[in-house]
Amino acid sequence: MSKLKTLVSEGAGKINPISVSDYVGIGGYEGLKKAVTMTAEQVIGEVKKAKLLGRGGAAYPSGSKWEHLLHIPETPKYIVCNADEGEPGTFKDKVILGQLPLKLIEGITIAGYVFGAKAGYIYVRGEYRKIQKQLITAIDNAKKANYLGDNILGKGFNFDIHVISGAGAYVCGENSALLNSTEGKVGRPRIKPPHLAEVGLFLQPTLVNNVESLASVPAIVLLGGDEFLKVGHPDSGGTKLICLSTHSAKPGVYEIPLGKVTLRDAIYDPELGGGVKGGKNLKFFHLGGQSGPIGSPALLDTPYSYTDLRKAGLTVGSGAIVVLDESVSIIEYLKGVTEFFIHESCGKCVPCREGNKQLYAILEKLSVPGAATPADLANLRRLVTTMTAASFCGLGQSAAVALNTAWKHFKDEFEANVNKTPAVAAA
Amino acid sequence: MQELTEGQVLKIMENYGNDPQQLIAILLDIQEASGKNVVEQKWSVLSSKVLGVPLSKIYDILTFYAMFSTTPRGEHVIEICQSTPCHFTEAEQIVNWFEDVLGVKVGSTTDDGRFTLFRTSCVGACDVGPVAKIGDDVFGNLTLDKVKTLVQSYREGQPNLREALVCQN
Repeated sequence: MSKLKTLVSEGAGKINPISVSDYVGIGGYEGLKKAVTMTAEQVIGEVKKAKLLGRGGAAYPSGSKWEHLLHIPETPKYIVCNADEGEPGTFKDKVILGQLPLKLIEGITIAGYVFGAKAGYIYVRGEYRKIQKQLITAIDNAKKANYLGDNILGKGFNFDIHVISGAGAYVCGENSALLNSTEGKVGRPRIKPPHLAEVGLFLQPTLVNNVESLASVPAIVLLGGDEFLKVGHPDSGGTKLICLSTHSAKPGVYEIPLGKVTLRDAIYDPELGGGVKGGKNLKFFHLGGQSGPIGSPALLDTPYSYTDLRKAGLTVGSGAIVVLDESVSIIEYLKGVTEFFIHESCGKCVPCREGNKQLYAILEKLSVPGAATPADLANLRRLVTTMTAASFCGLGQSAAVALNTAWKHFKDEFEANVNKTPAVAAA
Repeated sequence: MQELTEGQVLKIMENYGNDPQQLIAILLDIQEASGKNVVEQKWSVLSSKVLGVPLSKIYDILTFYAMFSTTPRGEHVIEICQSTPCHFTEAEQIVNWFEDVLGVKVGSTTDDGRFTLFRTSCVGACDVGPVAKIGDDVFGNLTLDKVKTLVQSYREGQPNLREALVCQN
C-alpha cells in the first residue's frame, strides 16, 4: 500500500495554479458549494469531528478555535491565514500557496461564510514575493467566477480576501505578532489574554489559521468529519505535509496519512525520503522547525502522529524533518540553531534576547577542547530553564527545545570538550 | 538605473490608497524601485507626511524587518541561506564561491554598485539547498558553474542565462 495520501495537495503541480476552471476540473469548490447549504454550527461540527489539529506547529484543535469564535457576539469578524512560513526546514505551505492557491482561497471562503466575516487576509512571508503576486491573480480570478466577492454562488454572502506581505521577520509567524504586522506595525507579539478570537485584527474577533489547516477545510466539508478522521489517526484526522531536507536522499514535500507511517518510513521509504544521501548513516533528525525537538535513530519506529510523537518526546510542529548524517557535530548544529534565534528574537523580552546570546557563547566554548568547565554545563541547563519558563512568547519559550532534546540523546558530545580538572584558585 | 523621483514615490503610496495600514508594502515597493535596494531618508520623511505616520514609526519598521535597508546596497542583492538545513549542505562553500566570482567579501557591495552579498535566514527552499536568493528569485542546488553563470547573467543583463536555474514554486 502506498505510504502517500493526497488529500490537501491533490492536483498540485498538475493544474494551472491561477485557473479557476482547472481547479473546478479537479473537484475544486465542491467543498464551498456544500458548505453554503449547511449552517455555521454544522460546518464547525464537521471540523470538530475531523479532529483537525493546527498545522502551523502549535497543533491547537481547529474545531475548538472555530467554536470559540462563533460564540463571540461582536462583529465584524476577520479571517486571517498565517502564511508566514519561516521555520527553517519548512516549505510545505509554499506548495499550496504556489501550486494550489485556490484550495486555500476556498478554505478561507468557507471560514468567511461560517463566521459571516467582513474580510479575509493572507499574510505571506516577504521572501515569497513571486507567490504573493500569483496569489493576488488567483483571488481576482475567483472573484470573476463568483466564488469570491459579492453575492457568492448567489447565496447573498459577500467576502473578499487581501494579500499582505511580510518583510523578513520569523517572529511574525506568532499569530499575535502577525496581526500587528498585518495592521502595518512592527511585528512584536501581544500579551495574551485576551485571546485573538476575542481581540484580534483591528481589535475585532479574529480567526487565525495556518495555510495547511485552512486548505484541509474543503476536504473536511466534502468528505465529512468522520471520513477525514479515518484517513489519519484517531486523535488527529487527515494528512500532514512533511518536508524532508538537508541529507535526505529525496528532499521534498510529501503528504502522508497521520499515524499510518513511521519516522523510519518517512526518512527511508523509497516512496518518501529514500534514505540518507550518499548511503551514509543517520545521526539525528530535527522535527518541526528550529523550535522543534531533535531525535535519535532509536526513535525511528515512532508512528508519525501528534500523539505518538508527543509520547516519544518529539512533535510534529510544522512538519519539517531535517535529516542529518553522521558527519554533523551536534554542538555545531545547535550553534546554527541558536544563531538563528539570536537573529530572529524580536528583542522585546530579556530571557529570549539575552538568553540566546548566552547559549551561543557556551556552545562556542563547548566546541573547543578544554575551553568549557562543568560550571558552563550547569549554566547551560539553568539558561534553558529560564528561557523556557520566562520568555514572553513561543519563540523564546521554544528556542531551547532543540538543545534540550539533543542533551537527552547526545550528552556525551556536550561533555566531550569539558575540562573536568578543577581549576586552581588564583593566589 | 534612474534615480527615484518624488512623483514615483507618491504614486507608490497612491497605489495603496495612501493607507497607513499598508506601510510595510509601500516601503517594500519604494525599496524595490530605488535601484539600490534602500529606503532613503527623504522618502521616509515624505511617507511620514503623506501617510500621517510619525517618522519614528517608519524607522521602527525599517530597522525591525530584515528585508529593509536604510543604507544603499547593490542593484542585485545576493542572499545565501545560512539556516541549518542549508548550512549543512555546504552553504559556506557557496559564500566563498560568490566572494571569489564577485571579488567582494560577504556583507559588502561590489565597487560598481551592481551586487551586494549577504547571508540570510531560511528562504523556504530547503529541499534544494544550498540556496541563493537574488531579488525575488531563488536558485538551488548550487555549484561553482551555476554561481558563475548567475553572476554573468545579472552582470551582462542576460536573464535567459538564468531562466533554467530559477526554482519554480
